[in-house]
Amino acid sequence: MTALDPHSDAARAITTLWWWMFAVACVVLAGALLLLGIAWLRRRSPGFPLIGKSEGLASGMVVTFGIVIPAVALIGLFTVANFVVADETDAPAASTPLTVEVVGNQWWWEVRYPGTPAVTANEIHIPTGTPVTIVATTDDVIHSFWVPQLNRKVDTIPGQRNRVLLEADEPGRYRGQCAEFCGAAHAEMGMYVYAEPPGEFRAWLNDMAAPARAPATPEQRRGRDVFLDNACAGCHTIRGTPARGVIGPDLTHLQSRATLAALTVPNDARHLSGWIRDPQHVKPGNRMPRLDLGDRQHDDVLAYLESLR
Amino acid sequence: MTTLGRTAARAHVERLDRVWREPRGVLGWLTTTDHKRIGLLYFVTALAFFAAGGVEALLMRTQLIGPDRELLGPDAYNAVMTMHGVTMIFLFVIPMSTAFGTYLVPLMIGARDMAFPRLNALGYWIFLASGLFLYAGLLVGEAPDAGWFNYVPLASKTYSPGLGIDFYALGLILNSIATTAAAANFIVTIFKLRAPGMSLNRMPLFCYAFLAVSFAIVFALPPLTTALIFLELDRQLGFSFYDIAAGGEPLMWQHLFWIFGHPEVYIIILPAFGIATSIIPTFVRRRMVAFPLVALAEILVAFIGFGVWVHHMFAVGLPQVTTIYFAAASLIIVIPSGIQLFAWITTILTGTPVFKTPLLFIVGFIVTFIMGGLTGIMFAAIPFDQQAHDTYFVVAHFHYVIFGAAVFPILGGIFYWFPKVTGRMYRERAGQVSFWLTFVGTMVTFFPMHVVGLLGMPRRNYTYGADRGWTGLNLTETIGSYLLGAGLLLIVANLAWSRFRGAPAGDDPFGGDTLEWTTTSPPPPYNYPVIPKVTSPYPAWDAEDREEDARRLAAGRQVLERGHETPATTVLDADYDETLEMPAASPWPPLLALALAAVVVMLLLGHWTTAVVFAGAALAVIAAWHWKEPEAA
Repeated sequence: MTALDPHSDAARAITTLWWWMFAVACVVLAGALLLLGIAWLRRRSPGFPLIGKSEGLASGMVVTFGIVIPAVALIGLFTVANFVVADETDAPAASTPLTVEVVGNQWWWEVRYPGTPAVTANEIHIPTGTPVTIVATTDDVIHSFWVPQLNRKVDTIPGQRNRVLLEADEPGRYRGQCAEFCGAAHAEMGMYVYAEPPGEFRAWLNDMAAPARAPATPEQRRGRDVFLDNACAGCHTIRGTPARGVIGPDLTHLQSRATLAALTVPNDARHLSGWIRDPQHVKPGNRMPRLDLGDRQHDDVLAYLESLR
Repeated sequence: MTTLGRTAARAHVERLDRVWREPRGVLGWLTTTDHKRIGLLYFVTALAFFAAGGVEALLMRTQLIGPDRELLGPDAYNAVMTMHGVTMIFLFVIPMSTAFGTYLVPLMIGARDMAFPRLNALGYWIFLASGLFLYAGLLVGEAPDAGWFNYVPLASKTYSPGLGIDFYALGLILNSIATTAAAANFIVTIFKLRAPGMSLNRMPLFCYAFLAVSFAIVFALPPLTTALIFLELDRQLGFSFYDIAAGGEPLMWQHLFWIFGHPEVYIIILPAFGIATSIIPTFVRRRMVAFPLVALAEILVAFIGFGVWVHHMFAVGLPQVTTIYFAAASLIIVIPSGIQLFAWITTILTGTPVFKTPLLFIVGFIVTFIMGGLTGIMFAAIPFDQQAHDTYFVVAHFHYVIFGAAVFPILGGIFYWFPKVTGRMYRERAGQVSFWLTFVGTMVTFFPMHVVGLLGMPRRNYTYGADRGWTGLNLTETIGSYLLGAGLLLIVANLAWSRFRGAPAGDDPFGGDTLEWTTTSPPPPYNYPVIPKVTSPYPAWDAEDREEDARRLAAGRQVLERGHETPATTVLDADYDETLEMPAASPWPPLLALALAAVVVMLLLGHWTTAVVFAGAALAVIAAWHWKEPEAA
């Protein structure tokens, strides 16, 4: 998730700005080091060529290098950065073809597609070449939504709907992470943005909007009952079932996601099993309690969750 | 001077010794009002907290030495990270600056003490209480863990139910009282106690820096205290200043905190500028270039520093017209910093520098300050700020500024004034080695943080995965931090050894330019046996004036030996105004600090009635303090 490998016009503009600032900074530092080097070489001779021992000329040097040159450079930087580049990276004033709502939670991201029932977590799908407005909000403390390869970050502030523009040039998976310190598992609050060709994106969104598949095997059915009868349903939603909890991520299409616990571990049977058995070991501090299910119940619920495609 | 003159001078000195003698032993240190002893107390205490903050830093670096390490869990890491920030800012850098100012400002202006000696002592004891209070939280397992800027709602009772945040809030309220007391004292001391003849245009730039800082403190700390009081009202009594659901505003915390927090950066760095402008003329054997511009720049930095706070909040979603204004102000403040920078460089360039340890640290400071300043300018480019904000790029930037640009001059200043304070020389060779160790350590620790930040590593992550591409850089940073630690230990060892075994230093080992080099090392309790004559900003280089001092002493003129006397002068021209009678040793400052600390402990525990009782005790101490003012001379 490096800011130096941009995949959108907005991120590219910022990266270009950075390289320019870096180049100028190198010149300034080199100049200062050169002057200090000369001071060392001429340490036994007072005065300086051209300046001589004139206090007036020495002050003139301070005015030139300390006031005049920086003033010109800073006005240039101010104009380019805060007008030209800022325009390139701002969320558009009008609405975009697609809006996605991202809600920060301790310590995962809820992702909603307004106008559809689709809800998922920690993975945002967007169509390529389409400006997408992300509306970033929070359900608890302040987080910061940040996908450096696509654009700058924006904090999620209680009571505010902050917006940021995402527009990916080409298909790909771009990593993001919470950037504002938000408590114990702040380091384990990642997300992926998947940019897909518009057709693929529409198909994905249709799948996401559908309710969960009904369990197909006796094991899966028992697993669903375990899920509904235990604490699981108090925190998680599975659309199409009575599970309506809102503390943890929506699990309707759990198997569509690549990772568990906001990018902490890969989403496969082994890690899912480990997560259900001891969530605090996998991601210390997270909100999911240890359920201490029996082995049979554990296997059943695992089978059910594995079926949620 | 004639033998007769010498005998007469000795008689005056002996009388002054008698008049200014303080109690011996622990009681003497407890009740002292001597600015030099208080300065040393500040120094030793701040150094102890520096060690604690340093250990916390090494713990964090060791946790991050490789991916998925388990030395510290998230809770321990967050507590250590928060305590590191709080310690370094509030318990080390600012008190260490106060140590320098308290010890040196009266000496540099030719006064015999601070304007309010007992307030000076009170400030120290309250600072000590605030530090012990904060660390008591750590010891009982209730350390604050919401980061040093402690954003709500994370710091609210809902998301931080323990006592940690209360330790933070109440500890910092106490700390603010101490800092404000010291600042008010500096302002009055610098305005009113300069030796006759030291008009404002002859005042050392070091004192300009402390004047600017003190004004900044007086205006910057009330917003912080307000924010902390609101927070405690929310947490303990169920108010809702910051609770959006009840009509409060969480962003108000950020505004109040950074209205304090950004001036705070200049509060940290301006004393370091003052130290730099003291060391440079001495070691390059020439006067500062562009003296009036530098004095003006020091004051401008403190002033403009109040108009830039929103650049800490560019990502919170404020209107563009707001962010643009603050970006512009953040760029304007570059100019006074540029003036000072090129004044230092030009002075070194056109002088004949002798690169001894103190000057080496100042050159190291100039290099790191340029680097930290250049990355600082980048944050005024709003889109870039919003990319780099809250990443290790920011951590790199502010460590270049705070460690490189504030602590390096402090280290240089410790070497520079060590002979004056102890009367003994440090080991020059070991000093130079320790400079290179700390300089290289600083670069190796903090430079890779720029890169790892651009590679996407957010700050305050207690761990990271092996697949993120951050492993090598983090390992390098950790190795750098060990080097840095070794350099700092070598400094401590050098000074500890030299304190007892160093060669005698004499009054003026470096040919210093300011007044303190004209008195003995260490200076007597009354600083100067005779009120010095001042006719330029470099009084120690004015040989004729110093001869005049000796003649005055022999003749008993300007000796002021009838009590704790020092002259007060007019604010601008430093014309003689009146002779002040200063208080002597007093038990009330530590007792008042103790009573206030007890109030704070009771507030923490929610024992409101007991808190009121201790507040009454504090009032009683204040009454006793003022019961018997020193008799007018």
